[in-house]
Amino acid sequence: MIAEIGQLALILALCLALVQSASLLIGAWRLDGALMSMGRTAAVLQAAFIAVAFAALGTAYVTGDFSIALVAAHSNSAQPLLYRVGATWGSHEGSMILWVFILAVYGAAIALAGGSLRESLKARVLAVQGVVGAAFLGFLLLTSNPFLRLTPAPFDGAELNPVLQDPGLVFHPPVLYLGYVGLSIAFSFGVAALIEGRVDANWARWVRPWVLAAWIFLTIGITMGSVWSYYTLGWGGWWFWDPVENASLMPWLLATALLHSCLVLEKRGALISWTILLSILAFSMSMVGTFLVRSGVLTSVHAFAVDPKRGVYILGMIAVMTGLALGLFAWRAPRFRTGALFTAVSKEYAITLNNLFLAAATATVFLGTFYPVFVDALHGDKISVGPPYFNATFAPIFMLLFVLVSFGPMLNWKRDSLGPLLSRLIWPALASAIAVVGAILIFGIGHVMAALGFALSAWLIVGAGAVLARRWRPVSHGAFWDGLWGRMRATPLAIFGLALAHAGLGVTTLGITAMAGWQSNAVIAMTPGQSLTLAGKTVTLTGLRGIEGPNYEAAQARFAIETLAGSRVLISERRFYPDSQTTTTEAGINVGLLGNVYISIGDRAAGGGLVVRLWNHPLVNFIWGGAFMMAFGGMVSLADRRLRVAVVKRVRAPAGVLEPAAA
Amino acid sequence: MRRLIFLAPIVLFAIVVAGFALGLRRDPSLLPSTLIGKPLPSFSLPPVDPKAPGLTSADMTGGSPRLLNVFGSWCVSCRYEHPVLMALKSQGVAIEGLDWRDSRADATRFLAAEGNPYERIGDDEAGRTVIDLGVAAAPETFIVDRQGRVRYKQVGPITPEVWTSTLAPLMARLKSE
Repeated sequence: MIAEIGQLALILALCLALVQSASLLIGAWRLDGALMSMGRTAAVLQAAFIAVAFAALGTAYVTGDFSIALVAAHSNSAQPLLYRVGATWGSHEGSMILWVFILAVYGAAIALAGGSLRESLKARVLAVQGVVGAAFLGFLLLTSNPFLRLTPAPFDGAELNPVLQDPGLVFHPPVLYLGYVGLSIAFSFGVAALIEGRVDANWARWVRPWVLAAWIFLTIGITMGSVWSYYTLGWGGWWFWDPVENASLMPWLLATALLHSCLVLEKRGALISWTILLSILAFSMSMVGTFLVRSGVLTSVHAFAVDPKRGVYILGMIAVMTGLALGLFAWRAPRFRTGALFTAVSKEYAITLNNLFLAAATATVFLGTFYPVFVDALHGDKISVGPPYFNATFAPIFMLLFVLVSFGPMLNWKRDSLGPLLSRLIWPALASAIAVVGAILIFGIGHVMAALGFALSAWLIVGAGAVLARRWRPVSHGAFWDGLWGRMRATPLAIFGLALAHAGLGVTTLGITAMAGWQSNAVIAMTPGQSLTLAGKTVTLTGLRGIEGPNYEAAQARFAIETLAGSRVLISERRFYPDSQTTTTEAGINVGLLGNVYISIGDRAAGGGLVVRLWNHPLVNFIWGGAFMMAFGGMVSLADRRLRVAVVKRVRAPAGVLEPAAA
Repeated sequence: MRRLIFLAPIVLFAIVVAGFALGLRRDPSLLPSTLIGKPLPSFSLPPVDPKAPGLTSADMTGGSPRLLNVFGSWCVSCRYEHPVLMALKSQGVAIEGLDWRDSRADATRFLAAEGNPYERIGDDEAGRTVIDLGVAAAPETFIVDRQGRVRYKQVGPITPEVWTSTLAPLMARLKSE
């Protein structure tokens, strides 16, 4: 029964999405208030029906309804409840339900909120959102039906991939999807603006919080994924340039660019067409990511069960949606007025450069990820592109971009001059000079790349501090401390957000630099009682035993490690899941501010000992700490945005700031 | 001119979509050998049966094109493949064997019980040669031409279908080269 309810709910949601698009498009065209209101209701109902379908699938997993093929394939009665819930979105079909659910919730949010948004723009945004929703619902129903029955129903189910049986799984995909799908709003706003043939500051003011929210979710989602792979994959890397990681990085890079270009559009009315293009491309990259994971076009640790039929559908969907959007862009965008002019020393110019670097970085990742596909398609050669390519291309672009980061916030809009700008940056410049000289003196000239890395992180962190210091400096003469508290309180939250995000970038850079320069490891066969010293830390194997988990058997090794806080016990396991005949590694990690000690165990060695891999990871937690700092900066800024949107509502911006030049 | 710039995104996009569409038709799990078109790496392996000859890379050149089959008595798929190899031998196909990570006693017992399809067998107990050949799992079969160059690699067991559809035509072509 529950499967049929879910199935029916999905079909109704598809119908509602179609009704939503049609009524809103026609309604906005004819300025028919009744039609537009009907479309909004359809958007809300669509979300409600998908919620029913999602709940139906979740219930089937929790109660263990193995007559549903999907449930039988990904869960069994021995699986802990948390992972039965997590399995709801751990499979291809389930994750697509989550995807359309989030899409519909965003649509409903726009339908219900967004009072000050111009009605016709809102209708067109929701119409595009409905088309996207219908396309994905069609995909779900035609190629990936989650509610297919299995006859005869098995007595018990198979198992969720044991690598995915981890608390990380429960949170990582939903957060990432909130980000991916959040970019659909930017896409819808972009296409709606092209249909309307008009972009104004209000457009940017409306779209920016959505982009910011999507960016926050993407940042957290990617970071969680990185942490998760660090501790579950058992070899202590934090980024692998795996195609699927790249697929999440590309939308993030474009969302970052969009975030900044929206600012220029909102404040100065420039970069209009470019911003629209970015809004289309950012969500298209999210869709390309889905294509990548589900079509089997590339092999990856993340790939879902591969079905070429799905690949064809997704590719067709991308071709139609992005193709139509870019076609509209080619037709309508030339009619937008060219934006306000600015000089080479200005905030606009710095942000334009930032966008160019981010676009170049995206192109680099895109080429590296898809080059094997294209080469194979043209020549039939199998090649793979690995970290050396990305280190050689992506890293230099990002280092240049990081130099730019501390300039941007220090520049004035429209026109600035070089002399005062440089004097504003004296402290960050001094800090990075000290970092370079200090690092070379301490570590030697051989570590010149690491010295540059330290210089960059000093430049970013002190640069972020300088943004605040410039705000807090007294306007007229007087001591810095006089009235400081008042000036601090008068600083908008968005400025704090900016400083946090840029400083977070510096913190991440610090972690990456330390890991690249000083990571070390050792592999030996150990017997109980034996000790190993690596990078000044001594680890002793104290015990080895077999244990029984709820749905696995494991060899468990216990280690003692001496730290400043005394002796600590680390546990590393090698788990075997008999249901799926899979082995996973649970690393033992001693987490510290200055670095981690990471132990994973392997098989028994020929001589009778246990193969133990020990890593020293200096400052590795800074990488994720910095990323979370960026996301937190985004949240702080978002809190500010809400206030400003409310202000706009009351004052009403002058209409027609950016009417199309020749309509 | 200005309009052309705005057309650039959709043109680039069309190229990318075409690339993806072509890419969809291939199977990334088919991993060919990097050795294809190149001579076999040189090796010289002792025999399994002390009275028989061993196998060296020099044995693989000259005469007729031949198969180099990597197997092990411990390998289940090899046992599945074995009757096909016996049938090929009776058709006069030259097959050389590379016994991988196996004890001589186990290999001898296996061949005595199931029959020996190989002209020569090299014993690679340490698995060194197999690493040079880039073998991931047994069974794998290399097709080697008269000049001793690798022309094809079959991953997994040779089934009658694989033989008739892929390997037999290739062998016939190599024979006439």
